[in-house]
Amino acid sequence: MMFDLIIIGAGPAGITASVYAARKKMNFLVITKDIGGQAAWSGDIENYTGYQFITGPELTGKFEEHMRKYSIELKENEEVLEIKKKNEGVWVKTDKATYQAKTAVIASGKRSRELGVPGELEFKNRGLTYCATCDAPLFAEKDVAVIGGGNSALDATLQLIRIAKHIYLINITPALTGDAIMREKVRESKKVSILNNTRVTAVLGDRMVSGIKIKREDKEETLPVEGVFVEIGLIPNSEFAKELEKNELGEIRVNCRSETNIPGIFAAGDVTEVPAKQIIVAAGEGAKAALSAFRYLAQHK
Amino acid sequence: MDKKVKIYSTPTCPFCMMTKKFLKENNIDFEDIDVSTDQAKAQEMVQKSGQMAVPVLDIDGEIIVGFDKEKIRKALGL
Repeated sequence: MMFDLIIIGAGPAGITASVYAARKKMNFLVITKDIGGQAAWSGDIENYTGYQFITGPELTGKFEEHMRKYSIELKENEEVLEIKKKNEGVWVKTDKATYQAKTAVIASGKRSRELGVPGELEFKNRGLTYCATCDAPLFAEKDVAVIGGGNSALDATLQLIRIAKHIYLINITPALTGDAIMREKVRESKKVSILNNTRVTAVLGDRMVSGIKIKREDKEETLPVEGVFVEIGLIPNSEFAKELEKNELGEIRVNCRSETNIPGIFAAGDVTEVPAKQIIVAAGEGAKAALSAFRYLAQHK
Repeated sequence: MDKKVKIYSTPTCPFCMMTKKFLKENNIDFEDIDVSTDQAKAQEMVQKSGQMAVPVLDIDGEIIVGFDKEKIRKALGL
């Protein structure tokens, strides 16, 4: 079976691409690990035109509903391992099967960056979490650590001020980054200790997290905490696209037509180097990529 | 026979909302337990699941952590 198009990912970019592809009556397949991507994780959204206020799950629900209005072929819970240009088409290998198409749109988005220290995997969901919005309420009156120094770390800290007993904000750089208003609020709180120039070297515990090892100016110490909130940014899901040109962050390079360096392979959304990482931008880029794929097919008949 | 379904959740957690939406769409009745306001229930959840993460589903004693559609479908026989 040779598809016209394979869309990888079903966040705002992938879903919008699929709506456009469906309306162009392309014969296509969507392969994705989940529906909604990072947008599903978002709390309150107040900058998606047409909705003055909507939550991430609600907007994602509307996206999904719109996509499913068309009878599309969707492979959920499937991870792409490799994409290659083969002959005149594109070959996609997943953890379940291989597929072929004339074109592809990569819209695989980003995921939370991990610390990469001993104990991190072991204690994930056992006191260590990447979703403060989800899990913060479970740490009432407990000592916790937030790892990071940017907006998402500050946001997690502000949420935890209302819940936890004490918060250690562990920041690897010399000073906090992120918005000034948030920095101020965090500094003002008596519940927060800010540790700059400090890195986490291990997550400790038995069945659940009981502490972290930190290193500051070559001195190691152990902080007793029951919660660890990792908020150190995002990395693009672009490892499987080995033949594509990327920037130093691993984001796929695209031109204004969503074309990558390989003809017939397009990319859209947060996995690309397009600067504004916003739901509305990702959706728009997804539309562009699908239309570019459509144009490519018309020219290569 | 209908299975007894409980969900341990927090009001702000996106995956909790998605899980509840999924249950509603499949006409599954469930008890929603807000662990952000009930510490005893939060402890119960941690004990049942061995984890500190929401959502946790208890489907007739079968514990599912996270919004895992396939597992939920299987447990409910959907």
